[in-house]
Amino acid sequence: MEDLLFEIQLAMPQVVLGVINGAFYALLSLGLAVIFGMLNVINFAHGAQFTLGAFVAWMLLSWLGVGYWPALILAPLIVGAIGVAMERTMIARLYRIDHLYGLLLTFGCALVIEGLLRNSFGSSGQRYAPPREFAALDLELGDFFLPGYRVWVLIAASTVCLATWLIIEKTKVGSYLRAATERPQLVQAFGINVPLMMTLTYGAGVALAAFAGVLAAPIYSVSPAMGANFIITVFAVVVIGGMGSIAGSIVTGFMLGLIQGITEVFWPEASQTVVFVIMAVVLLTRPAGLFGRA
Amino acid sequence: MAEGSIATAPSPGAPSVDEEVFFGFTRPQAAAFLALVVIVVASPFVIYPFFLMKLLCFALFACAFNLLIGYVGLLSFGHAAYFGMGAYVSGYAAKEWGVTPEVAILLGGATGALLGIPFGWLAIRRTGIYFAMITLALAQMVYFFCVQAPFTGGEDGIQAIPRRSLFGVFSLDSDFAMYWVVAGVFLGGFLLIHRVVHSPFGQVLKAIRDNEPRAISLGYRTDDYKLMAFVLSAGIAGLAGAVKALAMKIATLTDVLWTMSGEVVLMSLVGGLGTIFGPVAGAAFIVTMQTYLAEFGAWVLVIQGVIFIAAVLAFRRGLVGEVGHLLKVKL
Repeated sequence: MEDLLFEIQLAMPQVVLGVINGAFYALLSLGLAVIFGMLNVINFAHGAQFTLGAFVAWMLLSWLGVGYWPALILAPLIVGAIGVAMERTMIARLYRIDHLYGLLLTFGCALVIEGLLRNSFGSSGQRYAPPREFAALDLELGDFFLPGYRVWVLIAASTVCLATWLIIEKTKVGSYLRAATERPQLVQAFGINVPLMMTLTYGAGVALAAFAGVLAAPIYSVSPAMGANFIITVFAVVVIGGMGSIAGSIVTGFMLGLIQGITEVFWPEASQTVVFVIMAVVLLTRPAGLFGRA
Repeated sequence: MAEGSIATAPSPGAPSVDEEVFFGFTRPQAAAFLALVVIVVASPFVIYPFFLMKLLCFALFACAFNLLIGYVGLLSFGHAAYFGMGAYVSGYAAKEWGVTPEVAILLGGATGALLGIPFGWLAIRRTGIYFAMITLALAQMVYFFCVQAPFTGGEDGIQAIPRRSLFGVFSLDSDFAMYWVVAGVFLGGFLLIHRVVHSPFGQVLKAIRDNEPRAISLGYRTDDYKLMAFVLSAGIAGLAGAVKALAMKIATLTDVLWTMSGEVVLMSLVGGLGTIFGPVAGAAFIVTMQTYLAEFGAWVLVIQGVIFIAAVLAFRRGLVGEVGHLLKVKL
């Protein structure tokens, strides 16, 4: 019994770290799912926009002295506005042709963003210190210590995921959105400005990615490659969850982070690949994904 | 085929020269192919062979990728896995086991094909965007494997790979000698892909691309066809990687990284998806650009991104596709 308790104590940090990763997977795959549902575009730039969010927060702090809390609102707004511009000038031209072109275009955008950041800031990471007040949230259980900032990340990410789900499933705007996802022409015929909705949806999805980026900035070092490392795993998460449901992408994100954390305890070498193995198993048993509609 | 589908070959208005004259080539294609052979044979006397070898390896890699997107309509975003593993295995075999180059190259191709069997089997369960994401994720798995596996040499990769002698007879130490091996593999691979695409098998592939339900209703087991095309494509990508490892004497993590998968997509897109000569032209364009812009560091990434965007927005037919459209021929 003592041994088991000890084992659990040893395992806790990895598992918690996994759940925090899961929070980022959930936020990112949620944004991807919202964008895909409305625009039928897989936003390959999602990782780069996540990075951009972290960098905007860093720039606000080091250049303008704007702190963490304003940045948490400002960075998503700024990056979301860039997203709106991208949608209006480029992505909107591709709705009538094969959806794969949207993937290729946003991949190009990701390269441009990552390259520009590399040119300006180099490949090495920048440090972004979390505000002091999070020390109040520090969790200490015996030998197990969880920094307050990570507690906050879990709270913030869960709240935003829940809020997004509520907006889409329970509000009038959300019902327009769901209707336009199913039958855009019909909704347009009812006098709702569907192209504007698509633009704003893209902006909102991008803002979610940037929000995740600001949350991530104090945990991971702010570097041009931080998003690319995340996004491919998030693609696997999206394939596992299937893009049918908003709730599904949130649940899958958290779940896979947790599984990754547990794997890190028992078989550290496999922790990077376990998500991809799960993806393979899901493809064999439920090709449409756990929550997907075929 | 749906309007604006990604694999739309340039559609010349009622071409009068469409009958195939030899080896599945139409008259203009045959002329273009002869021009290509002349260029491949003549250029090492004018241009630095090391650069040409790199170019031809990537051209073959792009042709392999184009086989899937152009003729089966499947966009793979994970071809770096087969290319990179081909490079690692041939490099390792040449360096540690001391095999002759032809064996090392064949081992690399076999590695790509073998890896393509399970990956293709998984990926063809979905199409379109999902197919792209699945192939990308599987390739990332290979990348993580290569980061950890001892035989890849981690961050250093496998360096100073010996070329030895072809069949144990012809020394390949000079770049000029090695060039002819690379050129031979390139032309062989190019013709193989062309022959496959213009065989009855290739006709079925195109039928699947254009209308899969109809192909199924005609009694074709489309999954088998897709898997065979996938494995062939992965095998040729492995072959290209293997030759690259010997020619450049190095195999590193860059070869298996997702950026490499993106580069081969870019080459085919710039050259013209679904055209025979497009991937070659696209590879030539991108490799030349990378060579000349190498000193600008991360700007290469930005420029590649801009080219990607421009190609998608403005000239989706690609270089060769546009030329073919102007001349009203299929190239």
